Amino acid sequence: MSLLLLTKLAWRNLWRNYRRTLIMLAAIILGVWAMIMMNALMRGMVDGMLDSGLKYLPGHAQLHHPAYRDDPGVAHSLEALSAPLQEALADRDILGWSARVKVPAMISSERDSRGVVLLGVDPMQELSIGFAETDLVQGRFLESATDPSVVVGEAMLKRLETRLGRRIVLSSQTVGNEVGERGFPIVGVYRASLPSLEETLVYAGREVVQGMLGMGGAVSEVAILGPDYRRLEPWFGRVAAAVDEGMVLEGWRELDEYLALSLSIQGGAGIVLIVVIFLALSFGLVNTMAMAVFERVREMGLLLALGMPPHAMLYQVLLEALFLLLLGLLAGNLLGWLSLQPLLSGIDLSALAEAAELSGMGATLYPNLRGVDMLRATLIVIFLGLAASLIPAWRAARLDPVTSMNEY
Amino acid sequence: MAAVTCKDLCKTFSQGGERVIGLERVTLEVEEGEFLCLSGPSGSGKTTLLNTIGGLDTPDSGSITVAGQCIDRFSREQLANLRLHNIGFVFQAYNLIPVLSARENVEFVMQLQGRGLATRRALAMTILEEVGLAGLEDRRPAQLSGGQQQRVAVARAIASDPVLVLADEPTANLDSRNSSQLMELFAELNRRRSATFVIATHDKRVMDFCHRRISLQDGRIVNAESRAAGSA
Ligand SMILES: Nc1ncnc2c1ncn2[C@@H]1O[C@H](COP(=O)(O)OP(=O)(O)O)[C@@H](O)[C@H]1O
Ligand SMILES: [Mg+2]
Repeated sequence: MSLLLLTKLAWRNLWRNYRRTLIMLAAIILGVWAMIMMNALMRGMVDGMLDSGLKYLPGHAQLHHPAYRDDPGVAHSLEALSAPLQEALADRDILGWSARVKVPAMISSERDSRGVVLLGVDPMQELSIGFAETDLVQGRFLESATDPSVVVGEAMLKRLETRLGRRIVLSSQTVGNEVGERGFPIVGVYRASLPSLEETLVYAGREVVQGMLGMGGAVSEVAILGPDYRRLEPWFGRVAAAVDEGMVLEGWRELDEYLALSLSIQGGAGIVLIVVIFLALSFGLVNTMAMAVFERVREMGLLLALGMPPHAMLYQVLLEALFLLLLGLLAGNLLGWLSLQPLLSGIDLSALAEAAELSGMGATLYPNLRGVDMLRATLIVIFLGLAASLIPAWRAARLDPVTSMNEY
Repeated sequence: MAAVTCKDLCKTFSQGGERVIGLERVTLEVEEGEFLCLSGPSGSGKTTLLNTIGGLDTPDSGSITVAGQCIDRFSREQLANLRLHNIGFVFQAYNLIPVLSARENVEFVMQLQGRGLATRRALAMTILEEVGLAGLEDRRPAQLSGGQQQRVAVARAIASDPVLVLADEPTANLDSRNSSQLMELFAELNRRRSATFVIATHDKRVMDFCHRRISLQDGRIVNAESRAAGSA
C-alpha cells in the first residue's frame, strides 16, 4: 500500500474545507495550550509547596524516637547518634543533616506571650540543610551550638512588640517534668517564605536548650536533606540500614502526609485535566471527521470501486485526523512554551498571598514547564484523537462502493 | 480465452418491501479483445450486470469468472484487489478524484498497484497524450470540461493494461460531439491495445461503434447480435 499516496490524499483533503479545518485546529491549539499552561502552573505550585515546605524544616527524611511524633516532648528524645549512623549520614548523596532539639515552648516579651516551636540547633548543621543567611533581615544567625541567643521570625517580632537586641523568655517542660525557663537576647530576625513559619519557629543554640531542659546530649530529631525530593534512594536505604535501636527513619511522605497527598492529587489532577480538556475536543474532532467522511461518501465510493483496499481507506481518514492533531499539537505546544517564557521568572502572588499560604506555597509562583509534561499531553492527545477518529474512519472503510457512488 | 464468463446470474433487490428484478438467469461470455455493448432501456439491468462482472456487486446466485478467476466467494478485500489489478472502470459521471490532477488521477491506480514513480509517470504521460490531453496533465478535474474529464477517466481505466474495461453510460453527460469523440477513442484503444471493452448504454450512436450488442430487458438477455469488426 502506498503510504505516500494516502498521505497526499489525506493532506489535500484536509485543506478542502479549510475553514472547518482551521476552526478545529484553533480548538486543538487552544486545548493543548491550556493543558500546557495548567501543567506548568500546577507543577510550579507543587514544587513551590515542596520547596518551602520541605527544605525549611523537615528535610527529606527524619530520625525520631518512635513516640515523638505523637507526643513531641523531651521525654521522647534520641540519645547520642552511634558511630555507624554518623558514618551513614556522611553519605556522599546526602547534602546535609541536622540534629536538633525541637519542643513546644512558650515565648514571652514584656508585651505578649505565645506558643512556639523551640529549635535547639547547631547553626552549622542547620545552614547545611535549610536555613540560609539570606533569610535574615536583621542581625545575625546563631554562631554556635552554645550561642545563648535566639533568632526569631519577623512576624513573631511584631506579635511580641519587641525588637532586635531586646530579651525574651523561653519556657518549656524539662526532663524532670519541671518548667525550664531562660532569658535570651534576640540577635537575628529572619523572614520565611510562609508567614506562618515566622510565627512558629524560634532558633536557639542546641547545647543551651539541652541544658535548660536537662536533656544532656539528647536531641528530638535528625533532619536529612538529599538532592531531590522525588528520589530518596539510594541514600535513604543506607541510612535506614544503620539506624540505631529505638529510632525510626521516615521519608517526607510519611512525615507530611498532607503534603504528599496534595502532591499526588495534583499529579493526578494534571492527567484528569488533560483528559477532560481532550474529551471536549474529541467531540469536535469526531464531528469534524464524520463530516469530512459524510461529505465525501461518493468520492470514497469511487476510490473503493477503483480498487483501493478498505483498510487503506481507514488509514487515509486516520492520517487526515493525525495531520490535524499534529498541526494542533505543534502550534499548541509552541504557543504554550512561548507564553510561559515571560512567566518563568516568577508570578507575583502577593495579592493572593492569603490564599496561597493556605496551600502551602510561597508568594511567588514559578511555573515549571517540563518536556515530560509536554510529551505526555502530546501522546495523550494523539492516542485519544486517533481513537476518536476510528469511528468515522471505520465507517469510511465499510462503505459500499456502488451505493456510495449513487449518493447525492 | 474468455475474459469474462457469467453463468445463470440472478439478482433481486428489495425496494420499499417489493422485490425488484435486477438480473434473471444471465449467461454471457466475453472474449478477450471484444468491443461489446449492453443496451436496453433504463432499469433493464445494464448497471447491475456491469457491477456484478466488475466485482462491485455480488449476484444472489450464478457464477462469474473474470480473467480466469472464479470470484463467487471473494471477500471485500479480494474483490478490491481484483478490480485494482484486472479491471478498468469508467462511470457515468464524477469519475475523477477532485484533489488529484489529471496526471495523478491516471497514476492513482498504478500507484495503488505499487508501480514505481518513473514507470507510472511515463505511462501516464503517454496515455494522456494518447487520449488527446497533452498539456492538461496538471489540471485538477474542476478545471477540465466534461469531455476532458471522461478522457482522463478512460486514460486511467486503460493505463494499467487491465484485462477488462467496464464503462457504464460513459457518454450520458456529454454532448454529441464529445460523445462520438469518446467512442472513437474507445474504438481506437480497443484496436491498438486489444483491450476488452464492455460498455453499457442506451444511446444508439454509441451502439454503432460496438462489434457485438447484447440487449437486456427486465434483467434478461433478449437478443444478441454481432457485426463484423470495424464496420462502424
Ligand atoms: N440498489 C438498488 N436497490 C433497489 N433496486 C435497485 C438497485 N439497483 C438497481 N435496482 C433496480 O434493479 C433494476 C435494474 O437496475 P439497473 O441495473 O440500474 O438498470 P439500468 O442500468 O439498465 O438502468 C431496476 O429496476 C432498478 O430499479
Ligand atoms: Mg444504469
